[in-house]
Amino acid sequence: MRKTLRRPVFFIGFVITLALFAVALLSLVWTPFPPTKMNIVHKLKAPLDFGLLGTDQFGRDVASMLMVGAWNSLSTSILAVLLGASVGTAIGVVVAMRRGWLELVVMRGCDIIFAVPPILSAMMLGAFIGSGRFTAIIAIGTFMVPVFARLALGAALQIWTRDYVTAAVSMGRPKAKITLVHVLPNISNQIIVQITIQLGLAILTEAGLSFLGLGMPPPTPTWGRMLADAQTFLGQAPWLALMPGLAIALAVLGLNMLGDGLRDLLDPRDNS
Amino acid sequence: MISILIRRTLSLAITLLVVSLLIFTVMDLLPGDPAAIMLGTSASPETLAALQKQLGLDQPLPVRYLAWLGGVFRGDLGQSYTYGVPVAGLIAERLAVTLPLALIAIVLSVAVAIPLGVQAARKHNGLFDFVAGLFSYISIAVPAFWVGLLLIILFSTMLGWMPAGGFPGWDAGLVAGLKALLLPAVALALPQAGVLTRVARAAVLEVMNEDFVRTARAKGLSEGVAIWRHAVPNALVPVFTMLGLQFTFLIAGAVLVENVFNLPGLGRLAYQALSQRDIIVMQDVVLFFSALVILMNFLVDLAYLVVDPRLRANAQ
Repeated sequence: MRKTLRRPVFFIGFVITLALFAVALLSLVWTPFPPTKMNIVHKLKAPLDFGLLGTDQFGRDVASMLMVGAWNSLSTSILAVLLGASVGTAIGVVVAMRRGWLELVVMRGCDIIFAVPPILSAMMLGAFIGSGRFTAIIAIGTFMVPVFARLALGAALQIWTRDYVTAAVSMGRPKAKITLVHVLPNISNQIIVQITIQLGLAILTEAGLSFLGLGMPPPTPTWGRMLADAQTFLGQAPWLALMPGLAIALAVLGLNMLGDGLRDLLDPRDNS
Repeated sequence: MISILIRRTLSLAITLLVVSLLIFTVMDLLPGDPAAIMLGTSASPETLAALQKQLGLDQPLPVRYLAWLGGVFRGDLGQSYTYGVPVAGLIAERLAVTLPLALIAIVLSVAVAIPLGVQAARKHNGLFDFVAGLFSYISIAVPAFWVGLLLIILFSTMLGWMPAGGFPGWDAGLVAGLKALLLPAVALALPQAGVLTRVARAAVLEVMNEDFVRTARAKGLSEGVAIWRHAVPNALVPVFTMLGLQFTFLIAGAVLVENVFNLPGLGRLAYQALSQRDIIVMQDVVLFFSALVILMNFLVDLAYLVVDPRLRANAQ
């Protein structure tokens, strides 16, 4: 534990991420005001003038919307990253097991998927199946698949060269079993670190999608759409553009720091 | 070298073909009839049938794909449904905004990242290193489109120094055009600068203790000269690799930033095409962007081979 505290990056990242999750979960049971309730009389109030962070153009409480936005952003991003991580890792370890032409095909495929930014695939998907949380999750998750596939392949290939794996192979253990028993547990640390870092990227992307109106539909509050709405009132109520952006930046900062800190903690080479 | 070049170019061509086929197929597999989507619900069956025929939707997928591919080779990307003009011209027109925007952003980010990264490596674990690290963390975390909004609030609404958005066109003069692109480019450059600073710092740290830098110091060069003349050129390779890898994110950022600043670029075109349900334009823009990313990574690969003779030997 003392070692943990001596690593400020990990500690700060952990605290910010914890706060983010706490606020998101709290929003499920309590917000200062109902987040979608309009109150035109109190529209565009400055922070502390009405509620903690003021109100938007419909008189909705900004603080409450931010809280619910945290949940919406986090839940979408987590599902997207888990989708990408599970599919990508599965592809990676299977390719590491088989190698040969499969490796070439899959890696080229990863290059191709990685070439389509999630904003664009979300637009494509949005045109056909409509935008919303599902579209965002698929678009972001698909983009994450190559990231995890490459990582898992690289890490798994290293494990396959270890003596205990060679021993297992010579004992006649089936490759699939070796993958489950030896490979996956030994690459899980790297996958977890990557999940944390990609979660930050997913939050950024989700915010971008909602900003363009490709995220969850109104009146569901999202950080991205709050920014899009604020754009109309930059002169009148600039604070509306401040808070959601700060929330996004802080969430991403926390997750990135947590990921970096975790990598340092979990990397055995660094623990000397 | 030539055989590598031929092999890489062939692989590039195959990749591009697969991408186009993939996007074509995915769009085909998605539920919904493009003609119906483009016309909306109020269209008469005759109009719908006419558009389906014009789009070639009555043909099977392979025929449509080959027809489209043949068009691409002739520089014909089809006709925009909403604009009523050839998509190729539309893309070229919008590229005149997006390309300079991306280039300025790249130049800005490199111009910030290299000195910051080099200095941070020289003052390793010192105050400057800490500040540069903080800059990286923060700039990577802030969304580019939000930075755009903040820049508009500061420089347009409050100070009135810069236009809040829009683009006068290059006909209005180089200065006016560049002025309109400056704030968007800064917003776009910031996250890139954060990533590149990290890479530059790590790369310089790595080569700083190599023999050739030590030799340069030993023959009497000052530390600054030794680093800038011997360590930095070697550190540039990872920086440019990262620039290539980050290109996807630069494009994604451009789509958003163009929308914040109301710039008539490719990203805005894609967004408008989406809201107007102009599937042809969207498909072409998505393909164009993807091809651009792939091409960029191809060029980075090639640059690698040119810069580093060791890799050339490995690739043989």
